[in-house]
Amino acid sequence: MSSTRPNQLFRNKSAKIAAIPMIVTALLVFVGGTIWTVVYSFTNSGLLPRLQWVGLDQYERLWATRKWLVSIENLAIYGLCMLVLVFVIGFILAALIDQKIRFEDTIRTVILYPYALSFVVTGLVWQWMLNPEFGVQKVVRGWGWESFTFDPLYSADIAIYGVLIAGIWQGSGLVMVLMLAGLRGIDQDVWKASRVDGIPTWKAYIFVIIPMMRPVFVTTLVIVVTGIVKIYDLIVAQTGGGPGISTEVPAKYVYDMMFQANNLGQGFAASTMMLVTVALIVIPWAILEFGGSKHRD
Amino acid sequence: MKLTTKLLTATAIVAASGAFAEDLEVMHWWTSGGEAAAVGELAKAFDATGNKWVDAAIAGGDAARAVMVSRLTGGDPMGAFQFNHGRQAEELIEAGLLRDITDIAEAEGWTDIINPPSLLESCTVDGRIYCAPVNIHSWQWLWLSHKAYDDAGLDVPTNWDEYVASASALNDAGKLPLAMGQQGWQQRGLFNTLFAALVPNEVFLAVYDDKDADVAAGADVARVFAAAADAREMASNSTVQNWNDATNLVITGQAGGQIMGDWAQGEFAVAEQVAGTDYSCLPGLGVTELLSTGGDAFYFPVLTDEAQIAAQSELAALMLRPDTQVAFNLAKGSLPVRGDIDLSAANDCMQKGLALLADGAILPDTAQLITPDTADQISTLFIEFFADSSITVEDAQVQFASIIATAR
Repeated sequence: MSSTRPNQLFRNKSAKIAAIPMIVTALLVFVGGTIWTVVYSFTNSGLLPRLQWVGLDQYERLWATRKWLVSIENLAIYGLCMLVLVFVIGFILAALIDQKIRFEDTIRTVILYPYALSFVVTGLVWQWMLNPEFGVQKVVRGWGWESFTFDPLYSADIAIYGVLIAGIWQGSGLVMVLMLAGLRGIDQDVWKASRVDGIPTWKAYIFVIIPMMRPVFVTTLVIVVTGIVKIYDLIVAQTGGGPGISTEVPAKYVYDMMFQANNLGQGFAASTMMLVTVALIVIPWAILEFGGSKHRD
Repeated sequence: MKLTTKLLTATAIVAASGAFAEDLEVMHWWTSGGEAAAVGELAKAFDATGNKWVDAAIAGGDAARAVMVSRLTGGDPMGAFQFNHGRQAEELIEAGLLRDITDIAEAEGWTDIINPPSLLESCTVDGRIYCAPVNIHSWQWLWLSHKAYDDAGLDVPTNWDEYVASASALNDAGKLPLAMGQQGWQQRGLFNTLFAALVPNEVFLAVYDDKDADVAAGADVARVFAAAADAREMASNSTVQNWNDATNLVITGQAGGQIMGDWAQGEFAVAEQVAGTDYSCLPGLGVTELLSTGGDAFYFPVLTDEAQIAAQSELAALMLRPDTQVAFNLAKGSLPVRGDIDLSAANDCMQKGLALLADGAILPDTAQLITPDTADQISTLFIEFFADSSITVEDAQVQFASIIATAR
């Protein structure tokens, strides 16, 4: 063995050179753009950015605005419900399909199909489905249940759940496919061993298989969470933020402020708050998840 | 040598004639039936000069303004664009993105012909003129369907109080008392109309011009909010979104009435309805007969191409010529910006508007007084207020006063 270790910086030279354009783009566009936005959130920029400092005024106004508070609350409700339900539904579907059933390809395609639709189409489809005049309510009443009422989009208290239905319909297919890939990655010997030990199937899933699928869960979590935070188009297509302001979300608040109210400073302050929230969740988690990886095998 | 000279001459001719036939992209948000007919008149007049009007319409003022501003700030200016003049364009002018057209205004003598002068003042920043006003729009109109009232066996109301009183009878007859589109700007406009019609002008100006929060929290404004609560009750079954869909409910007699600006007139005209027999219009809701004089104006971005600049100048001058004004405003249902032209072809409602204009019964439009930021906050308040009947009049007024307190 040679006594001097090769310089880490020059290992895999060609790979590193190939990554330079992406690194530069990421630094300039993402980091640069982020810093610019944060800086201008402390100004009173209107239609055009201008450097006139107003301190924390934009943030004070933001947190005193009902529309923003409603947006945050909606994102929390939507995010938590979406996260839990989409994982449960996606995993159950994947586990069912994994039972070596017939027509697996067909069923998998059907369930994944909604994911191929854009949020705008999804939003419009579910706007119609939930419309009492010609949607689910009309169909069920047509069957004879005259008093049946199902119009979540028309009641301010529950409208966000109407959006949630559309989100789950669209998103659970993707989670199912990812989970299915994870399940297929489990060695058949594990199943044989659990059967030999007489462990019930559900117990095997929860205590053996799911812990083994940790990487798949992490990947899925990242995909689903980023989808939740940036939700905008589904809302615009399905409810337009209504009835009233009951389905407003932070991303829409940012857009409305920047392009309708001609108040860039306020929009920047709101997007900075979104960034801070995400960072507060992601950074501790990333440290836990990846920071300790060197100590593992 | 001779051939070269010939070629050069030919090129020069082509270049010169090119300057006379420019394609000019014009952006606007006039997409409803009456609006499209009106914009067609402008395009026709512009095409007659040998240039070509390239129409770039985007439905919805909010969406259109977002696209226009991004194109201007992104360095991809169009030839001309429509805005509601007033404070929306303030910052674009400050940033030097819009062309100073004072020379054209002076050559055409705009200061002498434009009536009321406040329209040109809204186009003026530091003594320079930046836009060409094309029409006067007023919000303070109540449109009533004769068919709906006939079907319900009622007399057509002549003012706001009678209208409110007729609501329950209309409801019983299966008619929607008040048609209202579920969009913030329409709900804000309805509130401002009640405001202008039901309380004295000083109160309106104290709130919107002086931004006096104490007045906004006071008893006069409380009356306006009480009227808004009546309107909320009357429109509780209105589910349409666009203003012209709401107008259509009035035209077909499914709804008793609508509070909407005079652009609704264009829709009645397209449906071949006759003012006075098929529908009534009450300026100032029949209470205080006055009009706010907002309107549309065209702005011209700073361009570098000489031929395009020449086409811009031609379009700007053309927009205020008498024939264009008559053709355009008759189609759109708005009032012309100059008082010296013959509008005898105008119908009942427009004549009422012209008479009010001549009498000087006018108010500035809120777009000339408050920033888009404040307007958006007020819109949000009314989106909420009209969608949720659990919000009390008192709560809404407190929020309104706090918006006015922070307005610039």
